[in-house]
Amino acid sequence: MDQLFNRKYIVQGLFIVIALILLGKLFYIQIISDKAFSSAESNVLRKIYKYPARGAILDRNMKVIVQNEPVYDLMVTPNEVKPFDTLGLANALEITIDDVRKKLKKARAQSNYQATFFERQISVQSYARLQEIMYRFPGFRTQDRTIRHYPDSIAGQLFGYVKEVSPTDIENSEGYYKPGDFIGKSGLERSYEDFLRGEKGETRILYDAKNIAQGSYANGKYDVNAVSGDRLISSLDIRIQRLGEELMKNKVGAIVAIEPSTGEILAFVSSPGYDPNQLVGKDWGKNYMSLIANPYRPQIVRPIAGQYSPGSSFKPVDALVALQDGAIDPNTTFFCPGYYMAGNHKVKCEHVDGTINMQRGIARSCNTYFCHVFQSIITKNGIKNQRQTYANWHEQISKWGFGQKLGIDMPFEKKGIFYQGDHYDKIYGKRWGYTTVISQAIGQGEITSTPLQMANVMAAIANRGYYLKPHLIKGIGDKNVVKKEYVVKNYVGVDEKYFPIVIDGMRDAVNSPWGTAKESQIPNIVMCGKTGTVQNPHGKNHSVFIGFAPMDNPKIAIAVIVENGGFGGSYAAPISSFMVEKYLTDTIKPRSNGYTVKAFSETNLLPALIDKTKKVKLTKLDSLNLKKTDSLKRVKDSLKIKPAIIKQTVATKPKINKPIVNHKPVTNK
Amino acid sequence: MMQQQGNRFFFNVDWITVLIYIALCAVGFINVYASIYNPDKAAGFDFASSYGKQLIYVITGLILGLSILLFDGRLFNVFAPFIYGATLFLLVVVLFVGRNVGGNQAWIPIGSFRLQPSEFAKFGTALLLARYVSTFNPKFRDFKSIVIAGLIVLAPLLLIMLQPDTGSALVFLAFMFPLYREGLSGYFLLIFLGMIVLFVADFLVPTYVLILILTTIGGLFIYNNRRKQKIIISTVLVTMIAIAYLFVVKIAYEKVLAPHQRSRIELMLGLKADNKGAGYNVIQSQIAIGSGQATGRGFLQGTQTKYGYVPAQSTDFIFSTIGEEWGFLGCSVVIGLYMFLLLRLINLAERQRSTFSRVYGYSVACILFFHVFINIGMTIGIIPVIGIPLPFISYGGSSLWSFTILLFIFLKLDSNRMGFI
Repeated sequence: MDQLFNRKYIVQGLFIVIALILLGKLFYIQIISDKAFSSAESNVLRKIYKYPARGAILDRNMKVIVQNEPVYDLMVTPNEVKPFDTLGLANALEITIDDVRKKLKKARAQSNYQATFFERQISVQSYARLQEIMYRFPGFRTQDRTIRHYPDSIAGQLFGYVKEVSPTDIENSEGYYKPGDFIGKSGLERSYEDFLRGEKGETRILYDAKNIAQGSYANGKYDVNAVSGDRLISSLDIRIQRLGEELMKNKVGAIVAIEPSTGEILAFVSSPGYDPNQLVGKDWGKNYMSLIANPYRPQIVRPIAGQYSPGSSFKPVDALVALQDGAIDPNTTFFCPGYYMAGNHKVKCEHVDGTINMQRGIARSCNTYFCHVFQSIITKNGIKNQRQTYANWHEQISKWGFGQKLGIDMPFEKKGIFYQGDHYDKIYGKRWGYTTVISQAIGQGEITSTPLQMANVMAAIANRGYYLKPHLIKGIGDKNVVKKEYVVKNYVGVDEKYFPIVIDGMRDAVNSPWGTAKESQIPNIVMCGKTGTVQNPHGKNHSVFIGFAPMDNPKIAIAVIVENGGFGGSYAAPISSFMVEKYLTDTIKPRSNGYTVKAFSETNLLPALIDKTKKVKLTKLDSLNLKKTDSLKRVKDSLKIKPAIIKQTVATKPKINKPIVNHKPVTNK
Repeated sequence: MMQQQGNRFFFNVDWITVLIYIALCAVGFINVYASIYNPDKAAGFDFASSYGKQLIYVITGLILGLSILLFDGRLFNVFAPFIYGATLFLLVVVLFVGRNVGGNQAWIPIGSFRLQPSEFAKFGTALLLARYVSTFNPKFRDFKSIVIAGLIVLAPLLLIMLQPDTGSALVFLAFMFPLYREGLSGYFLLIFLGMIVLFVADFLVPTYVLILILTTIGGLFIYNNRRKQKIIISTVLVTMIAIAYLFVVKIAYEKVLAPHQRSRIELMLGLKADNKGAGYNVIQSQIAIGSGQATGRGFLQGTQTKYGYVPAQSTDFIFSTIGEEWGFLGCSVVIGLYMFLLLRLINLAERQRSTFSRVYGYSVACILFFHVFINIGMTIGIIPVIGIPLPFISYGGSSLWSFTILLFIFLKLDSNRMGFI
């Protein structure tokens, strides 16, 4: 019996071992692993989001230019839906029964447990009707949120648009965005997304296993209210913005106006423009498709994505760099027989001015003068050192912002073309010299710039030697925070003493009888400027004007480009003069030459659309020309630019003529 | 002394065990209350609700237990065959008139009350087994006594399997331990253990690997005992039986077990992940228990158990409420109470002079042990889902009363320990 008595310990030992196994597993799942805890939370907690209002945007005079308006979405949580009166819901929403079924199916496909959109932006009438009968549709609820409204209906490209986040956005945000959130996709809405979006609020609701709400979690201790986005103050003056868009009607082109002392952008016109309200809400898809189907491509943000040869408007920079370099002095004169011979290539001049000095050379936009200036700079250390002097020159010009992004607070800025010497080394080996790149002397050939860069050059000249980073938002939030980078002066490397002679020339260009922009004189205001005419192989030349006003203590610097506008003096300069006058005096006085805003607004300069058959021919011809002429005449105009915005959102590209077309030798006026 | 006992019913009763019993019943009531507590309908105490009924069950259970103490202990010995016969009869009856609840033909409706004969078959079997062992003192050296004891246990087991209620049937395997205590060879336990290990291994490891391992072990064993012919023969026999068992298990598994039982086993072995179907119960139960962490969410604060994520909340999965609301601390206390009770029961059994009382005591302890181990093991996922109640804690009258009867008969026998029954 004793032996069997010992078996007691085996039985009791087994009990204890098993108890320890149970406790061990319990210790693991309760104390070591916290997986169960988080699973428990996700079991019972549902977060109901409260969407914040996006930040409003004001113009520089505190007028609201971007605001919000309430809309109502009908949400559905499919597995809470019980059989319901389909017809009743269809009638309330003014859709068909089939639509109701389709939408429910779609929602089910998305998620059975999460509330998803059933119908976006239901009308106020539908909303009112629904409120009375909502109890008949378990699983459905209305959700109010705000959408953008742009009261002036202008500056579509500038403001950009806001849209529901895509799966890519969600992925890139590392979990910040959730399906159903909205995000700024382009323009200011995109670049200031972090400030504008605000903070989502959330309410935690407990749900039971049958997915029926059981009230708030921990008495709302963890609930968060939505915080509206920051208010932004734009540097824009909506009055001249509106005027600019008016003037650019029926034209392709861009206007950028900058306050030189601050770098604040006063006007940012991209033409053709569109009403930003088109890209709000449920008609987004339809309107977006019609926008990108427009052959004049309004979706391009031309002030920063349009790359144009600066043309003659480059000449003041040329002159200033030459003066600083010591290649010439203010009194240097050259003889103009009406052309300049660069090797055996002739650069034509519109006038035969004979002996001409710098001031008059600028006012008359003399190509011969500036080709000589360029020659002087590049060859100042002898023919053999041309590549070195070109490198120096390239560096000096670059300081003005050519060939690089200025870093404006807008997405998708282009930097333009401005090649370093090694680019030419690749094409010509070491056997190239000033004659090869002479077209750059007059802002043509292998140099392009955005309208923003051109306006910025004007701001630098207006400031006599420096610019501030151009920007569109001058204050963020209630405290009007200004980004630090916007108060830093960027010097262009030219001493102040060299500016008066060039500015005098620019004054004469507008205010003297021999000036190229004499038709654009503004009563009682001295505007300094420079015209440019960029030859366009598809049709009429592009009209360019850059300028600033008043001459002393300038308040506005401006760049205008009107595609197919012909001479710089004929469209770009008068448009600039209206903009400047409006900004400085808030009125536009009658002009002695009879120019009116209305007349300019009504002028249609849209290029005729090239049909497909003709296009093929043109391309062939062009490619022949390309071989014949100098390599330096390739220019893209904005109609040929690959649109950055489209590239990232929509696959379809409007079918329009091919991008690369050469330019013939350029004549500037 | 005998006289004294007859006059004083509660003389020599082990009150410590009674206290643990009451403590476990209280834990049960509190957690049944918590598991069906609804803050919206919290006004007043409702006797029609589950916790109201459970309170009635606890009170009547206690009365039932105390009244058992009033019986003369010898009656249980005398009536053991009749009680056993009656429970067997009920087990047969239930197959014909039983009400089908949750797929099992386990309940006999008596008015508004439902009787579950399988619960009562446990103490019927325990009594008869004790009677058999104490009468014939077999020591289980011969084949005949093993067969008789086996039949006593297997008869109710098979009848319950027919309901089919595999969980309740498995509990009858607990009788192996009292038989072991009374002399049954330890090899039976080892063989049983080996069968479980091979069964599990058969799913986790390819069969040919197992055959290889078994023959290797057998080979080594023969090599070590190469001079003893008898051992060689029996080793070869055992190895062959083991290999045959592997195949039989595979086939039996497919043919005999119901699909839901197969999937429960596969889930437990981690061969299948199923968060929504059969695995739902186990996963939700583990989430609930795990989310209790060290000290639990607090009484009535459980979210998983409150909002219906864990099925069979107040009955088979009551332990998940304890785990969620009282945490590791509460679980340890409950397991501690059980261990204290079980170890004490073994000690009480060992102090009996009569074999009848000792065998019965062992049976009680081991039945409770099986229930506790299987039930808690199931809620934390170390045992497949087998629907048997947690003694004294799970909601339900039949189980509470049958455990009470089981326990208090032993307490009565124990109070008589000085006498001979």
